[in-house]
Amino acid sequence: MEKYRIDESKGLEFGIYTLGDHLPNPLTGERISAEQRIHEIIEYAKLAEQAGIDFFSVGESHQEYFATQAHAVVLSAIAQATEKMKIASSSTIISTSDPVRVYENFATLDLISKGRAEIIAGRASRVGLYELLGYNLRDYEALFEEKFDLLLKINEEEVVNWSGEFRAPLNNAKVLPRPQNGSMPIWRAVGGSPASAIKAGYAGVPMFMAHLGGPASIFKRTIDAYREAAGRRGFDTSKLPVATAGFFYAAETSQQALKDLYPHINEGMKKTNGQGFPKQHFAQGVDPHNIMNIGSPQEIIEKILYQYELFGHQRYIAQIDFGGMPFDKLMKNIELIGTDILPAIKKYTANK
Amino acid sequence: MKIVGLSGSKVGSKTRTAMDYTIKTVTEKYPNIDVTLIDLAEYDVQFSDGRNYLEYEGDTKYVAQSLMEADAIIIGTPIFQASIPATLKNIFDLLPINAFRDKVVSMLVTAGSSKHYLIVEQQLKPILTYMKAQIVQTYVFIEEKDFYQKEITNDDVFFRIDRLAEDTVILTETYTNIREAKEAEYGF
Repeated sequence: MEKYRIDESKGLEFGIYTLGDHLPNPLTGERISAEQRIHEIIEYAKLAEQAGIDFFSVGESHQEYFATQAHAVVLSAIAQATEKMKIASSSTIISTSDPVRVYENFATLDLISKGRAEIIAGRASRVGLYELLGYNLRDYEALFEEKFDLLLKINEEEVVNWSGEFRAPLNNAKVLPRPQNGSMPIWRAVGGSPASAIKAGYAGVPMFMAHLGGPASIFKRTIDAYREAAGRRGFDTSKLPVATAGFFYAAETSQQALKDLYPHINEGMKKTNGQGFPKQHFAQGVDPHNIMNIGSPQEIIEKILYQYELFGHQRYIAQIDFGGMPFDKLMKNIELIGTDILPAIKKYTANK
Repeated sequence: MKIVGLSGSKVGSKTRTAMDYTIKTVTEKYPNIDVTLIDLAEYDVQFSDGRNYLEYEGDTKYVAQSLMEADAIIIGTPIFQASIPATLKNIFDLLPINAFRDKVVSMLVTAGSSKHYLIVEQQLKPILTYMKAQIVQTYVFIEEKDFYQKEITNDDVFFRIDRLAEDTVILTETYTNIREAKEAEYGF
């Protein structure tokens, strides 16, 4: 785990991520400016660090209702505004970028943040960016695999010799600057399905698993598939971290949490994905065995510990700000995490 | 309530003839319902390439979005080579999993042979079920001999279409009421 800068003796890492969505608040119908949204994301990261949260990441989506297309630039501002927490992308769409440029950006981010940067590389769940950036959607898988491999190679080797289909060859190329310790953690973003997880396992890279709702046990299968695939390829799975990432919302009661969160998720998903979140499924989100961490602080603590027992993962990452969630509600959640949830999680998961 | 009639083929006229009568029936009987007919013969819809339906453009986006916004869909389809036409299957492929959740879907079928009667039962209904539609179980099956020069000539077909229209509307209202009552109980 050291290679990925994870110290398991300190317990489960707790992080926050934002997709960088820029959606109206469904309760008022109003949308803040992109300028305000970006500043709020930076402020959100600062507050998260003050609350003791370990990690903060920002996503890349090139479509309407998003504001952090240039996510590395936003992360750079966050690096400057924070001192301790790890910062990363969630995720960087490596398929439609040049791995050399991505690495240059994130290595620089690692230096600005003094060794706190990580890359989480994904394939994009929405594909509008292919046209925007001039790629053929038919190459969806091949683009990702080739570029992700190159990104890993650049991370491992200071002098790179490489040739492939989608980029000019590299001959004795030095990709500079180098991260603080010569290399940096690079994760593979995975949707909830085992098929996708197996690919991360074959590559022997850490898995960042995003999820919506459903029983935690279903996602255990995905994590098992990942570890099994990695093991079969000869990787030591005890050295490969797993992160889970999904909806989170804490309020005084689980009923209040559902009430506060539901309109944002439902209306936000309608706008970004074209389908809302069925209320019946959402109501099941408060079940202790449902993977969505929605409820009272105590209920959330129990859920996260249950997931920790089940998954044996190293990092949990909460998404709270989706769908135009007002900033005061984000602040309240950060406060509940910092005062109630985080201390309990650390107490039960760190080595004494 | 929004109802979309979907005439699922670019070939022939029987399905369109039957759909025209269906749409006319719904419009006359339920003037407050917003009814649209989409005849795939009139649109240039591309093959599904796996993207989210919101990311298509032009006719493809219009057709996909209209269906996604509907409360009920009345599908009219011929039977080709003992199956549904590719044009209709492509519409399903353009839409997301669970696309018909909270929607009522009813069907009318035109066919050259009575031997095609069970094709809807065995091939179309499973797709709609997978996509989470509330299906109006009874469909209208219309044969070649029920048409003459782009007109329906069998009174029984009119009666059956009238009942299909009524069932579609009643079930849509009913399921909507049930869902709203259930969702209100959740209290959030």
